[in-house]
Amino acid sequence: MSGSRERVLARVRAALADVPDNEPVERPAEHGHDEHHFTGRTLDVLVDRLLDYKALVERMSAADLPGRIAAALERRGAARVAVPSGAPGEWFADATARRIADSPEAPLSVAELDACDGVVTGCAVAIAETGTIVLDAGPDQGRRAVTLVPDYHLCVVRADQVVDGVPRAVRLLDPVRPLTWISGPSATSDIELNRVEGVHGPRTLEVLIVEPAV
Amino acid sequence: MSATFLGLPPFPEAAREAVGDSQTRHNLHKATHTIRGKRDAVVGELGDDWQRLRSAGEQVKTHTLRHLDHYLEQLEESVRRAGGTVHWAADAAEANEIVTRLVRETGEQEVVKVKSMATQEIELNNALEAAGITAYETDLAELIVQLGEDLPSHILVPAIHLARSQIREIFLDQMSEWGVPAPPGLTDDPKALAEAARVHLRELFLRAKVAVSGANFAVADSGTLVVLESEGNGRMCLTLPETLISVVGIEKIVPTWSDLEVFMQLLPRSSTGERMNPYTSTWTGVTPGDGPQNFHLVLLDNGRTDVLADTVGRQALRCIRCSACLNICPVYERTGGHAYGSVYPGPIGAILTPQLQGMSSEADRTLPYASSLCGACYDVCPVAIDIPEVLVHLREQVASSPGHLGEKAVMAGADAVFGSPKALDAVQRAAGLAGGNVPRHLPGMAGKWTDTRDVPDVPGESFRRWWNEREEER
Repeated sequence: MSGSRERVLARVRAALADVPDNEPVERPAEHGHDEHHFTGRTLDVLVDRLLDYKALVERMSAADLPGRIAAALERRGAARVAVPSGAPGEWFADATARRIADSPEAPLSVAELDACDGVVTGCAVAIAETGTIVLDAGPDQGRRAVTLVPDYHLCVVRADQVVDGVPRAVRLLDPVRPLTWISGPSATSDIELNRVEGVHGPRTLEVLIVEPAV
Repeated sequence: MSATFLGLPPFPEAAREAVGDSQTRHNLHKATHTIRGKRDAVVGELGDDWQRLRSAGEQVKTHTLRHLDHYLEQLEESVRRAGGTVHWAADAAEANEIVTRLVRETGEQEVVKVKSMATQEIELNNALEAAGITAYETDLAELIVQLGEDLPSHILVPAIHLARSQIREIFLDQMSEWGVPAPPGLTDDPKALAEAARVHLRELFLRAKVAVSGANFAVADSGTLVVLESEGNGRMCLTLPETLISVVGIEKIVPTWSDLEVFMQLLPRSSTGERMNPYTSTWTGVTPGDGPQNFHLVLLDNGRTDVLADTVGRQALRCIRCSACLNICPVYERTGGHAYGSVYPGPIGAILTPQLQGMSSEADRTLPYASSLCGACYDVCPVAIDIPEVLVHLREQVASSPGHLGEKAVMAGADAVFGSPKALDAVQRAAGLAGGNVPRHLPGMAGKWTDTRDVPDVPGESFRRWWNEREEER
């Protein structure tokens, strides 16, 4: 199809005959917009926005995390949970659910993932202003399929992973990695433009925010 | 065979019929007013910064278009480096051929699809069907349209013209034809309808080997493609299959990853009226052990370079398909999307469709007139496309084409009268003398105008005459 490549490029160049040859391709790096648009404390805003989009949220200290993970899985009735192989073992110190490890080297099949009651992961970045959690397939987040097929996603967010707004998050993220931005559980606005939670992605998103001890 | 826009009547005819459909008007009124309220709220949250972001969005897109050849080559190189294969399609037929061939090479007979305007535009599903390949739409609204053998009527929510009770009936009647049937006791509660869609598509997602998508953005410097969605059907299609084919218009490029700082704020707020859409997926070529291991990018021209060649009209290529202009438009609200006879309805469709298709048909030539030029579309556009400016520009093209002889003669006459003080004085004096004898209704074609308007009273003396006499008396 190299013929079409040259044809399309030639048509583009002909269409741009009015653009001076010496017009620079370089642009100023800054767009001049704000970093975020809220007043108040970052973590409070994150919690507010997560709740607004119908996620379940809890805040806790690092010491309480294993107990809270165990309690959340129990509340959910999750007996078999998928866990990326790089997730810290201490997260599950108190949990009784059976953990099923997944890694790119030893991936679970789609059917095996479908048989899991939930998945527990960390995250790469969280954006307070939009209530968004970003996964970048890091060791504690796993392959994209792991957080997609099970119907329940329990996500651990450390306070130091939370940024105020979208611009900072974009700068921190590496586009080479496959990214999934998650803002609440799956939803649709396709019926009369009213938002309804729960379609194909996990229908329950639970977020545990770990704050430094005061 | 899926429904097609080909051969639908021109806008004035289609619109007249559409406004008579009270159910659709009711549905559209409700939906557009709901989304306007949501959008206003989340755009308002950004205060003055919204206009800075809007201006940044405009600048990034304008800059990209002015150097499109450079960025296309950069994108191609970036995607190749990341393990993807890049194809170029000059038109719809070629794009359909490429996708059909790629699907055939996998040996599969079915593909799952993420909602994509580009593949709607080229009518890919029909081409695949002709090749014996079944394309399953997985976006809820696209699914409704596909099951109902209907046509999309909105860029973002193709089934916006349907109310929940109509959707329920389509699910009950049609789901069993395509796969898992709807549960017999299905109600019209949106939650129940969403659940029925989940069950209907679940097994398909888990078995699918090939997916076809579009992209909201293609980042030239990193080779990253970006898809924004809500339901998770996009994630399913972009993650689970072995082969992913993305058909992307050449205008979807942004130069750098950091440009997404702007667009990831503009698009969700402008589109669904959310601070952020539930899911966004980004991928760069192929990631070993994670997601599709074969990735094909099909770069689509199909008339875009013709739009680019028009220095006024090319701004339409900045469009990020948010649909805010449809939701705000008083004409769209009343006629709905089908009247525009194109996958791109509403104000953006009225400038994009005729330019993409070259204004060759009567339907295309009427579209620039499908507007009251109120300008609301320009105000809400997140990349500041001056839609009224382009509409007027296209009307000029229609008017300067052959035909419209009577109108041209009247305008030439008016030009002669208004261009000469003497001629104007003579006409005004004659009209003043005629006074009440000026007819209230004009005969022939001009009668269409006077049917809905009164001819104003003609004063006995014109302002110019009164002024001149006053000056002489001094």
